[in-house]
Amino acid sequence: MTASLILPPALALFLGAAILTIARGWLRSAVMLLAPLAALGLVWMVPDASWGVGGYLGYDLVLVRGDRLSRWFGTIFAIMAFAGGLFALNQENRLETAAAQAYAGGALGVVFAGDVLSLFAFWEVMALASTAVIWSAGPEARPAGLRYLVMHLFGGVLLMTGLAGEVQATGSVAFTAMVPDTPARWLILAGFLINAGAPPLSAWLPDAYPKASYTGMVMLSAFTTKTAVFVLLRGFPGAEVLIWVGLFMVFYGIVYALLADDMRRILSFSIINQVGVMLTGIGVGTTLALDGAASHAFASVLYTALMLMAAGAVIRGTGRARLSELGGLFRSMPITTACGLIGVMTISGLPLTVGFVTKAMIGSAAAKENLALVWYLMIPAAAGVALYAGCRFSWFVFFQRDSGLRPPDPPWNMRLAMVFVAALCLLLGMVPDLLYAHLPYASIYNPYDGAHVVSQMQIVVFAALAFVLMIGVLRPSATITLDTDWLYRRFGLTVWRLTSQAIWTVWYLTSLATWTLTVQALTELRLAVREGFLSERHGSSTMAIFAVGMLVFYLAVLLIF
Amino acid sequence: MTLQHLPALQVVVPLLAAPLCALLRRPTLAWAWATLVSWAALVIAALILTQVLTTGPISYWIGNWQPPWGIEYRIDTISAFMLVLVTGIGAVVMPYARVSLAAELPADRLPWYYTMYLLCLAGLLGMTVTGDAFNVFVFMEIASLSSYVLIAMGPSRRALMAAYQYLILGTIGATFYIIGVGFLYLMTGTLNIADLAERLPLVENQRPIIVGLAFIAVGLSLKFALFPLHFWLPGAYAYAPSAAAAFMAATATKVAVYLLLRFFFTVFGEAYPLPDMAIPVIWIGLSVAGMILASVMAIYQDDVKRMLALSSVAQIGYITLGIGLDSEVGLTGSVVHLFNHGITKGALFLLVGGIALTTGTVTIASLSGIARRMPLTMAGIVIAGMSLIGIPGTAGFVSKWYLILGAIEEGWWWLAAVIVASSLLAVVYMGRILEAAYLRPAPPGQEAREMPLSMLIPAWILVIGCVWFGLDTDLTADIAGRAAHALLGRAP
Repeated sequence: MTASLILPPALALFLGAAILTIARGWLRSAVMLLAPLAALGLVWMVPDASWGVGGYLGYDLVLVRGDRLSRWFGTIFAIMAFAGGLFALNQENRLETAAAQAYAGGALGVVFAGDVLSLFAFWEVMALASTAVIWSAGPEARPAGLRYLVMHLFGGVLLMTGLAGEVQATGSVAFTAMVPDTPARWLILAGFLINAGAPPLSAWLPDAYPKASYTGMVMLSAFTTKTAVFVLLRGFPGAEVLIWVGLFMVFYGIVYALLADDMRRILSFSIINQVGVMLTGIGVGTTLALDGAASHAFASVLYTALMLMAAGAVIRGTGRARLSELGGLFRSMPITTACGLIGVMTISGLPLTVGFVTKAMIGSAAAKENLALVWYLMIPAAAGVALYAGCRFSWFVFFQRDSGLRPPDPPWNMRLAMVFVAALCLLLGMVPDLLYAHLPYASIYNPYDGAHVVSQMQIVVFAALAFVLMIGVLRPSATITLDTDWLYRRFGLTVWRLTSQAIWTVWYLTSLATWTLTVQALTELRLAVREGFLSERHGSSTMAIFAVGMLVFYLAVLLIF
Repeated sequence: MTLQHLPALQVVVPLLAAPLCALLRRPTLAWAWATLVSWAALVIAALILTQVLTTGPISYWIGNWQPPWGIEYRIDTISAFMLVLVTGIGAVVMPYARVSLAAELPADRLPWYYTMYLLCLAGLLGMTVTGDAFNVFVFMEIASLSSYVLIAMGPSRRALMAAYQYLILGTIGATFYIIGVGFLYLMTGTLNIADLAERLPLVENQRPIIVGLAFIAVGLSLKFALFPLHFWLPGAYAYAPSAAAAFMAATATKVAVYLLLRFFFTVFGEAYPLPDMAIPVIWIGLSVAGMILASVMAIYQDDVKRMLALSSVAQIGYITLGIGLDSEVGLTGSVVHLFNHGITKGALFLLVGGIALTTGTVTIASLSGIARRMPLTMAGIVIAGMSLIGIPGTAGFVSKWYLILGAIEEGWWWLAAVIVASSLLAVVYMGRILEAAYLRPAPPGQEAREMPLSMLIPAWILVIGCVWFGLDTDLTADIAGRAAHALLGRAP
């Protein structure tokens, strides 16, 4: 295969996004569906080779680097862009659909970027486009979108500084595996982790995602955190710190999800929890663990999107998002209920779903590496997932008491999108070789051995038992839980106000001082001219004021040193 | 041979064209003449740049008097680069100016505007080509006096006050400069820049030289509005006619910075290396203060032109930061940012001027929902705004990348973080514009229309430049690198 045949898969989506800004009617629908399919085709056409352009600032840019890992993530992102586009066909906001497609394009760009400069460029495209997706939801989403943007740009600052340091140190822009041992690399790691939703700056995720539109959040859930997982896989495999960060996220996600009331907030914390599992896998760093993290990312994109689509259908039908205000919807929304339940079964890792075949890989990898603590912590984590997602979400939304609401199932395209993703969850769960044949690190794993099936079933059964026993405690109530974002929403805002006031003052004073001193100097000058400019008496005093601070300052510094 | 006389023609053509322009009393005729001259100047500058890049620096003796007795025009890589920037902006702004100025000025003033513009162009080009420190002062006065007039012609009455402030502070700057040159002349007996550089090391009493350096540095800082001497700039750019604001924002301050580079590196570089005199510390301090404070101030502006002007103060901080770094990488960043910020800010002022055509003053409130009415203008603002912020793939990124590398080279991580963080402030103020234009609903009865093509095309040429020079860095970064190399006294 010749190198000239390689086309960046992101190109299809960027072109699609450009058309979507102006297209209407059937053309718009066609682009929303065909551009992701074209991208998927391009992803599969990428060979194991690099393609790029040289001579940018003296570096060689690699816009497409094909290998198993990039095709793996490219595939799921293109599928997700398709499913999200199908789900959003009747979304009337043109800005949102165009931004969503550009956002997916940015994610594909990151996945195939072979050098840090183009990686950073696509990274920023994602940040901007995803902010536009959030903002499209309307005026209520503005403040949260702004906080989201600031957080991601801050991540970009850390990343850019780190990348510049790395390039300075190595003289190369290639994006390769690193060990966090220099300040530059720690900065890169921190920049990646902010996008992964890692502590202490994870609050942007549950803060902003639920404010997006019901179609927007489906897209948001898939790309930002999963590209972060991708770059961590590529850049920091086996970095031990990721194990502990990941475990923290696992439990943080569970605890907050159990307290939350808003459906989409619950699912936001579930994203953090799932990404935590992936980071733990990356931290363990064996090929099995890395494959586990990659395939977990693959599955997680599917079932998170599926549950969000179900939640989106509920919000569309009822206009409500809180568990405490919903219930009994299975009567009028059978397809949504069924798809939501498949999503729940997948996230709980029931056999015959894709959740089952991917989730256990990381746990097994930890067990093989004798990381007993990690293994023991992963078991209750899995149980927690089953508990909060499997039971709480489905029970309180679709069953439980009858809330009296009778919303119909959503329009055909949304039903089709849900059925499509649900079918993928089941298909890949029943025929896992479809996945295993393409595992990025080519490890060999058989999920359907007796012990694994039994242990996984035990977890789910015990979680269900716990749910029944604790149902009173878990009953949702309209609560607000305090998270770390309080720090920057209240405290940070105050600091910003104080700082900007201080800057105003400094500004005003310097402006005033410059002007007053100038006028004064001119008065002095007139005086000096009248009485003889160069006279000994006035020379020094005129000069002193004339120098307007700056000159005095200069002279002082220059003459002293 | 005409080619031989290119350096003289570069200045003489616009200088002589100016009085002729005053004689053409018809606005359209005067405009056509000024446009023609601007394009001719661009052609000359391009020829000079090619010649310098192939055969090395040009030395041209005015009247064939041998320097240092006669006046020498001396053009090396960086000055040729500046010539292309100045004439290029002039050539792009002039086609734009006709409609824009006709809406802003009474018809009888238009020929005067074009006359003053040609004088300003001649002055800026003269400052760049001349190799004589006193001759610089002469051209500086030509450029400054004409630009005071250009600003005073602005449509609002506040333009007069702004021009007056600029006049006061600009005159002080020029005075400081000439006093500084006086000190140098006193000690060395020469005004030729190359000759000064040779003789400075021979001077025994250093104190007057250092005082002269301080005067020149402060005087030029006033001219290019280095924080905290920026006070005149926001008003001047906000109230000047749109075409004048775009032209001056992109060129006038940049030429002053160029002169500073000349003095710091060519004249003083060898005998008085900057670090020996703590200049880097002062400059980095002032630059960082300007980058942060001016950006924060820009966030609070409601007048968009004023916001862009304050952003210019911040961007000048980037340029001087590279000077303070005193390394080849840092200086490359400075020189390339001279160019990149020139086209970026030029594009933004032209586009905002197009909005001003229908809305009068451009405030954040008047931008509400305007993206629907003026999609091409707003798309241009988005792209130029990304270049201002420094998104990879735009011109602004290239310069910031070099500056960050320069900071890290010195081991100053905090400085690298400050550079990136101050771009975030640019995100905030550009974000305010975009938020209003794209997300807010248009007020009823809004009558904004897309500006005429004669304005849109020049603006978009600069917008495309923002992307072009962000992707293809051969012209800008390479030339800037060579210029930085030469300035630091290594063989070009």
